[in-house]
Amino acid sequence: MCCWGPEVNSLLSQSINLFAVVLLVLAFAMIAQRRILTLIHLFTLQGAALAAATLIVGYLTGQHHLYFSAALTFVLKVVLIPILLHRVILRLNVRWDVETLFNIPTTMLIGIVLVIFAFNLAAPIAGLSTSIARGTLGIALACVLLSFLMMIVRAKAVPQVIGFLSMENGLFFAATAATSGMPMIVELGIAFDVLVGILILGVFMFQIREQFDSLDIRHLEKLKED
Amino acid sequence: MLLLDWILIVVAGWLVLGFAGIGVLRNTAFVARVLFPAGAALGVALAGLALAGLLGTPETAVLALGLPDLPFHLRLDGLSAFFLLVIGAISVGVSVFAAGYFRHGEGTPPGLMCLEYHLFLASMALVVLADDAYAFMVMWETMALSSFFLVTANHRVPAIREAGFLYLLIAHIGAIGILLCFGVLQANTGDYTFANMRAQSLSPLWASVAFLLATLGFGAKAGILPLHVWLPEAHPAAPSPVSALMSAVMLKTAIYGLLRVSFDLLGAQQWWWGVLLLAVGLATALYGVVFSAVQTDMKRLLAYSSIENIGLLFVGIGLGVLFNAYGMKALSALALTAALYHVVGHAFFKSLLFLATGSVLHATGERSLGKLGGLMRRMPWVAWLSLVGVLASSGLPPFSGFVSEWLLLQSFLFTTGLPDSFLNMLVPVLAAGIALVAALAGYTMVKFYGVIFLGQPREPKLADAHPASPLERAGLVWLGAGCVLLGLFPVAAIGLIDPVTRLLVGGGIAETVRANGWLLLSPSSPDRASYSPLVFLGVVSLAVLLAVVLVRKLYHGRLRRAPAWDCGYPAQTARMQDTAEGFGQPIRQIFEPFFRMRRELPSPFDAKPHYRVTIEDHFWHWLYLPVARLTSGIARGVGRLQQGRIAIYLLYSFVTLIVLLLVVKS
Repeated sequence: MCCWGPEVNSLLSQSINLFAVVLLVLAFAMIAQRRILTLIHLFTLQGAALAAATLIVGYLTGQHHLYFSAALTFVLKVVLIPILLHRVILRLNVRWDVETLFNIPTTMLIGIVLVIFAFNLAAPIAGLSTSIARGTLGIALACVLLSFLMMIVRAKAVPQVIGFLSMENGLFFAATAATSGMPMIVELGIAFDVLVGILILGVFMFQIREQFDSLDIRHLEKLKED
Repeated sequence: MLLLDWILIVVAGWLVLGFAGIGVLRNTAFVARVLFPAGAALGVALAGLALAGLLGTPETAVLALGLPDLPFHLRLDGLSAFFLLVIGAISVGVSVFAAGYFRHGEGTPPGLMCLEYHLFLASMALVVLADDAYAFMVMWETMALSSFFLVTANHRVPAIREAGFLYLLIAHIGAIGILLCFGVLQANTGDYTFANMRAQSLSPLWASVAFLLATLGFGAKAGILPLHVWLPEAHPAAPSPVSALMSAVMLKTAIYGLLRVSFDLLGAQQWWWGVLLLAVGLATALYGVVFSAVQTDMKRLLAYSSIENIGLLFVGIGLGVLFNAYGMKALSALALTAALYHVVGHAFFKSLLFLATGSVLHATGERSLGKLGGLMRRMPWVAWLSLVGVLASSGLPPFSGFVSEWLLLQSFLFTTGLPDSFLNMLVPVLAAGIALVAALAGYTMVKFYGVIFLGQPREPKLADAHPASPLERAGLVWLGAGCVLLGLFPVAAIGLIDPVTRLLVGGGIAETVRANGWLLLSPSSPDRASYSPLVFLGVVSLAVLLAVVLVRKLYHGRLRRAPAWDCGYPAQTARMQDTAEGFGQPIRQIFEPFFRMRRELPSPFDAKPHYRVTIEDHFWHWLYLPVARLTSGIARGVGRLQQGRIAIYLLYSFVTLIVLLLVVKS
């Protein structure tokens, strides 16, 4: 399959690491970003990087089902979901700046601690893995934790949804990195889940907006039963 | 076709009837006149098939229901056939009665009631047929849930909802015990069929753990101390046919489960299990009967009486375990025969009495004994048939209760043969306790019968009490006939119990009993003890007849009617009769430490005097309320975690994730 010779292959292996780093940097950028529109752009970029990384892993390992995964990722995370999100923020008119619960530098510092933790954690696991992209497992884990952190610190509904989606990106990348991708049926299932999830969350956002005239999820505290 | 297939067809028929009820949700006439009698016919069929199964060989079947790769295993052997017989026979009487009873919608529409009722019957039948833990638990829970909905038929009354909740709670505590018991029994093989559990040989420690869990689990359903509190709440709350089925049959499925686990699934038994069952059983019986004696609500009285009878059953089973642990097969068979006899006997007389209270309730709208009285003249059928039930319940010859209590006391007399000197001394003391319970049960039944049916009506509205409908009478007659036949032909009945004891302990008493002919019942040898109910009945009837004739002859012509002597109080009213409270008063005095009593005595100068006494259960204050307080305290503590902020909830997940990752790493 390696019709381009070893140099090209080694370059491609390097490029997996490159895309992994792009993912991580984008995750940090999302934490630091205040504007929702830019957040969506960043998310689109992350999806594109993920699709590219999957494509290359698929090519290098000869596992053709990864091509399908990559195509699916591209269609969903680069085209469909960003379009949905754009429509949501247009309809809700929420392109304003995002409020955070912590200030952004503190969050970034916590994020750095999380990245160190993730790398420390992934080191022994990566040693066991035989996959071509095993070195990037730590990055994938860091992406998951960073997205989780973003979900915690954001006070508005739309950034939380983006955090959730970006966490899924991290998970997907981790699966690709550790085991050359999940079985096709699992991937299809997850993709479908994400799509349905985003639709439901969209409905929720409209409902929250109806109810409280705002997308600030702090209003939901009122729903607590005493 | 196997017998088991026919039985399954009957059970499926019950389900079909139930779902047919949904189709005619509010058509009371159709449900009462067609569906319930059809259910009774299926009950007859089930009883007949179970009888054939009792005398036949074990059969197994695999039902392709349930989860993939996890089908329901069913098995029909002597033990399950015996309990199926009880379920079938009792359901006939109760269904016929119910056909006349559900006249107008009470809360739940009649069609839904029909579904719940037949689902309840079908699940009980499948519980005793189940041959793996999965099928057993599914059916057990179906039984608990369907009976819960039957109990809360009148759910608009808050007290009934509370009673239903208490029942469901304790039923689930029991279910957890049973589930854990099966978990121990399968001994880490992952195979939950009963066949596999039989094949395992557990260490004494684990066998004891399984036994204790089974006692807890089935005891909660049966209503042993201290898990008995749901019975006196749920039975009065439920419609009478339902209370009858629950008390007569559902409690027995718990006895079935205990027998199945402790004799069939667990191999070798230990002697202290028997002692534990004896102690718990006696305490329950005594507690039940003492509380029963002071009740003033007729259904509560019967509910406590059920607790007492369950206690007696536990005593019988405990004795069976004790003898079996020392290898005395024949005596163990005797004790188990007594217990199983009592299972059938209690099923018949308790359902009869519960249904009779239903008739009284419908006729008068009163459950309180203080407002009844003199119903013998208004409802003669119900009164005479209740008399049969009451006599059987008091353990008087020649009815069913006497045979079982007599056999139980007989088996107690053999405990001197036990190789342990300590037990030799202790167990006869328990026999004295049983005698006390039997005597108090008689006292309670005199109160129950005397206050409801004898004397003068205590309220003017009782004059309008209408007699029971023909279908109700038919149901009562069926159950009354059961009490009489079981009392008169004990040898034949023991012949039917024999296959069960052969299965459980490998011995039976039928041969010894049959050796003396069908007339004379003698469990060991006629020199030692014997009882001949027909002769007894003949002598008693003859004596009564003779006395009547003599009195008529001697006093012939000298009979005159005059007002009774009024003790010097000319202004007498029906309220001056001995009341239920008054009748129970000596028991309240003697057994005072048992109760938590509050009394309001009127002052002599009160124009409208009020007397009020409330009797509560100590267990409620000592055990249940502290547990409830502890639970709500913990719940409040956990409630502090509920901040209502999504960020906080996410943080919980996040921290958990990090901690788990750290744990995995190290």
